[in-house]
Amino acid sequence: MYVAVKGGEAAILATHDLVAEERRGDVSVPELSVAQIREQMQLAVARVMNEGSLYDEDLSALALKQAQGDMIEAAFLMRAYRTTLPRFGSSVPLDTSNMAIRRRISATYKDLPGGQVLGPTYDYTHRLFDFALMASGEAPEAQTSADRLDAAMPRVPDILGDEGLMEAELPPEGDPRPFDLTRDPIEFPADRDVRLQTLARGDEGFLLGLAYSVQRGFGGNHPFAGEIRLGEVAVEFVPEELGFAVDLGDITLTECQMVNQFQGSKDQPPQFTRGYGLSFGHAERKAMSMAILDRSLKAREFGEAADYPAQQEEFVLYHADNVEASGFVEHLKLPHYVDFQGELELLRKIRREQEERAATMKEAAE
Amino acid sequence: MTQSVATHLASGLADPVFGSQTVFRTLLDALSAPGKVFTLADDLAGAPAGLPAAAASILLTLADYETPVWLPEGYDETRRWLAFHSGAPVASSKTNAKFALMDAASPDTHLGAFNLGEDRYPDTSTTVIIVCEALSGGSPQTLRGPGIQTTTTFAPLGVHPSFWDEIAENNALFPLGVDLIFVAGSAIAGLPRTTQIAGA
Amino acid sequence: MKTADAHLSRPFWMGVLARASSSEVAALLGPLPPYEMIKRPETGTVMVEGRAGGGGRRFNVGEATMTRCVVRLPDGTMGFSYALGRDRKKAEQAAVIDALLQGNGEEKGALLRHIDRLANDQKERRELASRKAAATKVNFFTLVRGDG
Repeated sequence: MYVAVKGGEAAILATHDLVAEERRGDVSVPELSVAQIREQMQLAVARVMNEGSLYDEDLSALALKQAQGDMIEAAFLMRAYRTTLPRFGSSVPLDTSNMAIRRRISATYKDLPGGQVLGPTYDYTHRLFDFALMASGEAPEAQTSADRLDAAMPRVPDILGDEGLMEAELPPEGDPRPFDLTRDPIEFPADRDVRLQTLARGDEGFLLGLAYSVQRGFGGNHPFAGEIRLGEVAVEFVPEELGFAVDLGDITLTECQMVNQFQGSKDQPPQFTRGYGLSFGHAERKAMSMAILDRSLKAREFGEAADYPAQQEEFVLYHADNVEASGFVEHLKLPHYVDFQGELELLRKIRREQEERAATMKEAAE
Repeated sequence: MTQSVATHLASGLADPVFGSQTVFRTLLDALSAPGKVFTLADDLAGAPAGLPAAAASILLTLADYETPVWLPEGYDETRRWLAFHSGAPVASSKTNAKFALMDAASPDTHLGAFNLGEDRYPDTSTTVIIVCEALSGGSPQTLRGPGIQTTTTFAPLGVHPSFWDEIAENNALFPLGVDLIFVAGSAIAGLPRTTQIAGA
Repeated sequence: MKTADAHLSRPFWMGVLARASSSEVAALLGPLPPYEMIKRPETGTVMVEGRAGGGGRRFNVGEATMTRCVVRLPDGTMGFSYALGRDRKKAEQAAVIDALLQGNGEEKGALLRHIDRLANDQKERRELASRKAAATKVNFFTLVRGDG
């Protein structure tokens, strides 16, 4: 129960001022610009775009600045801003086979068409501090190859698919418009489109922990990273008033295709099954976790026992959203004076009755 | 900014944000006080010919690419104009419509063919805009129900006589059923599914 | 976009304008010709759709901000612009350029040359990114073991 409590206005206004001062920190240190965050904190910007479910690098950088780097608070700002915007429509489904690739690796094939392209990654760093970054003024330069990457960079599962060894991924009959959880409530059992949208905006930490649980045995799946690719993809949109597709520009995406162990049944020969992850910006850990969970949540479709948390869609989908989760956990900070008074009264009453009963019994015994 | 002539690309609301907020507020008021006539600010520069200004404002305010709109025959210009300004697609059938436009004089209104909502989500039913000659001067109907203290009289002009029976049938479906908005020129009046027709 | 006269196609120049920066678009136009605003620059979102597995069932990845604008020249030609982001000034200028490019005005030739130049710059940026990525491509070599 909530009760309107008045009288906090002055305190609230003062806390706004205080948080603004704290956010700025020591004024003898130069202030961060939004452009600096956008350019130099790109991975944080990507995470906020994913969990805020809105692709806009400048806004994401602003959100990070305003939230003092609190990712979830920043995602909340993105979500809140989004609700003030009209939606013009849905894009043509992205074609990730047409990505301008900057990184593309496969853990299943060494020699794949187009090759293994490491791109910008921390995978091969030694995790030793680079104290040179304490000083400023460096403008590092990347190496440049004489030739660009191969034009043909087939997606790895498509290669296996040609042999018929991979679970097919085809649009269902009629290629229906996807479910949108920002418009309609989720219902269970949830279809794949519902699950993927929820995972795409889900908390990276929650998804990562669950994906880890799958690998550690709480999921009965052994995934291979079939392919991870990073790069730019054009977003196309068909305005109702024009009737043809226009190119809105590019967004950066990370795509992960997990390949999972065989499974087969009476009706199906053994084959590889797959899990899919797609994230805004460079967000590899997120895309990989999403792909592992996409596969574990297919348990029902494959007739697998859903014994583990990562296979239980209601558990995963209802708890993946960090804005919802923090809202519910953090609302406990709000005044619950009346609830608590009620509980307090109840407790006192029980105690009183207990004491009275004890006294009566004592009298009776004497 | 010059105002355009009335082609199918005629301008939309002069101020898309505040204009649509004002219309929305008036719609809320109209649906909260059934049968009471409200007037919308007529700041639409050239709605399509044959489409009352109020209907145009309401459609621009409520319709978007996710809300298919059902239009009767003869509203081709409205169709193009609406697609341009709101991105709203044309509903393939009455059942698919989120919004619909209908002439009050039509003998074949058949409200029951629209989406009536479902038990769990009665809010998903079609909202139907009824185009009349005027919102007064017709045969008076006595209304009662939520939002009306005792009874009120509503007398739109140019309504097909059988239409009132249909409205009574629609009311009997509550909590399902369509919500109606009567329009004439820039005047509107709401007749939600909760309103009962108490007779002439 | 793969035909020889690709630069003449409207989807092509609209895509080039969408990718161009605010200052690049502004630099294309001298003083603005007279035009009527049909839809003022408006920022909204587009829901970005993906496909499960890359080619399967459609799903919503998340939204992206976008801005659109529609103008009309005195001769009746309509110009449209749509681009990711929230740049309203660029949206208006790009819509005017789209309208001018559909006509046969004296400025058309120069505008088309500018579009070609912008397209070329964009292509070069993509190429450079690709060449930097190519520098990180692994060249496997096999160690020969045993007697061979």
